[in-house]
Amino acid sequence: MSPVETPKAVKVVKKSKTAPKSKKAVAPKIAPMQTLDIGDHHVTVGEIFSDKPKMTMRNINVFYADKQAIHDVSIDIAENEVIAMIGPSGCGKSTFLRALNRMNDTVEGCRVEGDIRMDGEDLYAPKLDVVELRARVGMVFQKPNPFPKSIYDNVAYGPKIHGLADTRVDLDEIVENSLRKASLWEEVKERLHQPGTGLSGGQQQRLCIARAIAVSPEVILMDEPCSALDPIATAKIEELIEELSQNFTIAIVTHSMQQAARVSHRTAYFHLGKLIEVNPTKQVFTMPEHPLTEAYITGRFG
Amino acid sequence: MQTINILFLLFGLGLFGFYLGRGRSRAIANPLGGIRQLHSLPSYYGLHTALWCALPSLFILGFWLIFNEALINSIVMSSVPIDIAPIDTASYNLLLNKVTNIASGVMPRDGQGAGVVNAADSLSSLRVTSRWSMTLLLLVLAMAGLFWGWYKVSVDFRARPAVEKVMQNLLLGCACLAIFTTVGIVFSVLFESIQFFRTVPIYDFVFGLEWSPQTAIREDQVGSSGSFGAVPLFVGTLLVSAVAMFIAVPVGLMSAIYLAEYASKNVRTFAKPALEILAGIPTVVYGFFAALTVAPFLRDLGNSFGVSISSESALAAGGVMGIMIIPFISSLADDVITAVPQSMRDGSLAMGATQSETILKVVIPAALPGIVGGIMLAVSRAIGETMIVVMAAGMAANLTANPLDSVTTVTVQIVTLLTGDQEFDSPKTLAAFALGLMLFTVTLMLNIFALHIVKKYREQYE
Amino acid sequence: MSKATEHLSKIKHSLAGRNRAEARFRWYGRIAIFIGLAAVAVLFGDIINKGHGAFRTTYINLDVSYDQDLIGVNNLADSEQLSAGNWDALTKSALRAKFPNISGRSDKRRLNNLLSNGAGFDLKDRLLESPQLLGKTESVWMLADDDIDTYYKSWLAGEAYAARLSDKQVIWIGELHQQGLIKLQFNSNFFMRGDSREPEQAGILGAAIGSFLTLIVTLMLSFPIGVCAAIYLEEFAPKNRWTDFIEVNINNLAAVPSIIFGLLGLAIFINFFHVPRSVPLIGGLVLTLMTLPTIIITSRAAIKSVPPSIREAALGMGASRYQVVLHHVLPLALPGMLTGAIIGMAQALGETAPLLMIGMVAFIVDIPSGFSDPATVLPVQIFLWADSPERAFIEKTSAAIMVLLSFLIIMNTSAVWLRKRLERRW
Repeated sequence: MSPVETPKAVKVVKKSKTAPKSKKAVAPKIAPMQTLDIGDHHVTVGEIFSDKPKMTMRNINVFYADKQAIHDVSIDIAENEVIAMIGPSGCGKSTFLRALNRMNDTVEGCRVEGDIRMDGEDLYAPKLDVVELRARVGMVFQKPNPFPKSIYDNVAYGPKIHGLADTRVDLDEIVENSLRKASLWEEVKERLHQPGTGLSGGQQQRLCIARAIAVSPEVILMDEPCSALDPIATAKIEELIEELSQNFTIAIVTHSMQQAARVSHRTAYFHLGKLIEVNPTKQVFTMPEHPLTEAYITGRFG
Repeated sequence: MQTINILFLLFGLGLFGFYLGRGRSRAIANPLGGIRQLHSLPSYYGLHTALWCALPSLFILGFWLIFNEALINSIVMSSVPIDIAPIDTASYNLLLNKVTNIASGVMPRDGQGAGVVNAADSLSSLRVTSRWSMTLLLLVLAMAGLFWGWYKVSVDFRARPAVEKVMQNLLLGCACLAIFTTVGIVFSVLFESIQFFRTVPIYDFVFGLEWSPQTAIREDQVGSSGSFGAVPLFVGTLLVSAVAMFIAVPVGLMSAIYLAEYASKNVRTFAKPALEILAGIPTVVYGFFAALTVAPFLRDLGNSFGVSISSESALAAGGVMGIMIIPFISSLADDVITAVPQSMRDGSLAMGATQSETILKVVIPAALPGIVGGIMLAVSRAIGETMIVVMAAGMAANLTANPLDSVTTVTVQIVTLLTGDQEFDSPKTLAAFALGLMLFTVTLMLNIFALHIVKKYREQYE
Repeated sequence: MSKATEHLSKIKHSLAGRNRAEARFRWYGRIAIFIGLAAVAVLFGDIINKGHGAFRTTYINLDVSYDQDLIGVNNLADSEQLSAGNWDALTKSALRAKFPNISGRSDKRRLNNLLSNGAGFDLKDRLLESPQLLGKTESVWMLADDDIDTYYKSWLAGEAYAARLSDKQVIWIGELHQQGLIKLQFNSNFFMRGDSREPEQAGILGAAIGSFLTLIVTLMLSFPIGVCAAIYLEEFAPKNRWTDFIEVNINNLAAVPSIIFGLLGLAIFINFFHVPRSVPLIGGLVLTLMTLPTIIITSRAAIKSVPPSIREAALGMGASRYQVVLHHVLPLALPGMLTGAIIGMAQALGETAPLLMIGMVAFIVDIPSGFSDPATVLPVQIFLWADSPERAFIEKTSAAIMVLLSFLIIMNTSAVWLRKRLERRW
């Protein structure tokens, strides 16, 4: 998970800053990743900041025990935008995402440094209640993880624990609305009380999304939500993300560049724990600023 | 010859056979260009010879050991003079005992009837004859096997597969011992129980409300047959088990939850083995603790509140049994709780559930089948636990649901009925086997059901 | 958005209560752990508190004159004389000499009761060791009676328990104490003797050796059989109903109450095969059947942990499946199997109930010397002593428990050590 910079990699770095292009001529297809390293001092290029930020991250470092997984990342997430985070495996994009609703707290030995704010409020302040934070920043995971309960109970879980519904009717309404928003209602309305684990993979993931939006979060984090799904299910989820973006701010980590291109407004490219480039999606995929980004989107590694 | 000496002799012969077979295979192979010409390595030829030499004899020896005594006894008993010939099983056993004791010199020969002494003499001589003819047979067999093994050694003989075939059957036999044991248990309790139910109807046993197995000395005494209504025992067993589970389930479950979900690594590495110490303490120690520390303490405590607690109360026995079962439940629960995938917890925590909400509403429901299975195993264990109740629960077969009273349990009665000297066929001893049958049936059903649930649960998350 | 803010206020509203519930839940967990740990502490504390005194016992110093006429022995080589000798007369006269002013039958009896009734035989052994003492006088430390021992220890501890003593006995002990003629000394009897009806003479050596012999039988049978069964099930068994049936049987036997194995032993081994009662052989047989499931299950786990790549490598070299098992799997799995065997043996060492069924509960004074000598085992000895009415036996029982627990702790720690030391991580 966490990328380790071996001394060897660092050594190669020094001469590699300008290397990619010349390398391209010599070895056009496979360039070893190390040669594309970016060294210790790095400034993210592109439109990092936003005029209307929902969340602001400044100088974030994340450590697993002694290993540093995220190096000095600063970025803004704007209100009602879909921001995609892409990058090769182990580049730290999932780790970064999990720092945003403090899911890293559950990982033993994980430490987050830096300043993360939502609407100006420090998310790592000692006084802050993670329960409240996570109700405001929902999350959808890589593998669909419905609880071993009925479909209804899965969606009703959040409203129940947070006391959002005073009556059964309220709860029914929340459940129906959430399932509708997750475009799952038509498929499951006849079998709300059957186990959620009985659904297909894509349906399960949409159930998880319904579960997340049932508590009306302000931000939804999605950690490679389609990586375990087939293309048809993936298409449905992507459509859904498009719709959800009208009401929610969405940060999505994805392995697939096409997906990032299809669903997101802005794209952030991570490489070995560092944020290389943030730009409007169109720009990232047509004329990336940074050579590393270019190397990645042209498929030279990943 | 002593059995142990026969075993040594057979072992020695086998060893000899090994060297013989190996030597011969080498001798055959050498002129042909070395052992690579052989089908198998020389030691396999050796093993093959050794097995042929020792195995058949061992089989015969085993059969002889099992059936010899019974055969000789029946020959002797069928030849006793008509005037002392036994009329029923009880007198048969009595006479047989007498004859055996005289033959082995435990009982003096003087003063016994000539018929009995003659029978004893014929018993001794039969034993000697049988043993010697047995030894001879074994030796001949071993020699024949030795020769056969030696004769079979040849370049083309596939010694390794032959040896491996035997090994495979040996291993299979070992694995089947578990089945033999179960069958043995079933037979041993079933036969005696059937005999018991001939004298005491099964309905009276299972539904009878009074238990006093002390048979009277005189025939005409009141209740001379004893009464064998086992309901007080069942109730007592359930009462003690219930007290035990009342302590063990919450404590065991909560400590498992705390250790699995909350405790830091340091606490876990200390507390887990410390709790497991409880599982390693012999039950007799718990019994001592219950009888000499907990029971007097509870009695005094009760006295100071003006409550009368029996000094052999179900509460003391059950409470200590509960402590014994804590680690059993906590380690089983720990297993199933940690088997719940982390993604379930993540899903719940990411919704903004607190940790306890996650545990109570997601983890525990997901782990429920496993936990229920574990608790059922623990119940089966509580029901079958013997020493604590023998030492702390007492003998009084009270039909009560009050844990402050003294009760008795199925296991206590089995022990009481079977320790000490008594003839084997009295209803008293047979009653113990009937109780054993009940105990075995109930725990067997609990175990099979619980193991099935736990297995299904494990497969779900694998 | 209004929905979100409305929800947020509701969430904020619920937070305090939920956090309190969270804290409460954590406390339940802590309390549960505490109860478990407290039970361990109380149990051990109680046993040690009750039993530590048993490792020392009370001795009384008296001048004994080995008077030939008094004993009725003049030739120490004559075994008939020795067994007919009135050895108690030695202790009685020594006591009389110490307290000359005693008269009356009951007082004399109480005086004689100061010493253990085995003290005379101890003097006989001493005389046999050094025959030149015959006819001479020497001062000897002699074993006191258990009631005296109990009183003296409790008196030294400041809470005298004199319920079983007469006032005069208390005074005599006070005198002896003032003169330094009564003391506590290491209780070698406890470790060197077999059982006895007299608490001060009772020891655990007989039971310990009985346990040892029983365990030897158990180990010799259950380890090879268990390992063979595990090898078969893991390496050779076809996946069919028969194998499943074996598995179900093994798992179930591991959970069958131990007393049922006692019934099996009684009905099959004793009544059918006529194995003698009360001997380590039958104890070992019954315990073998009982521990076998444990050993099979742990051995299977050990075999399972050997990675398949090793098997494939050996098979690829043309080894037969037996050669693979013998040369590769077994050596790698052995540490795990040994650990399982030790745990099984620890279980067998602590087992009591099935042994009661097969007559190992008999009162046996002699120390067993073979597998077919009548014997008892440590836990059964504990059971017997715990049932004895004499107060002094409480102390002995606790001490015997301490000995048993130390054996178990040694076995279990060595199992843990073995696992840590030898187990390979793949």
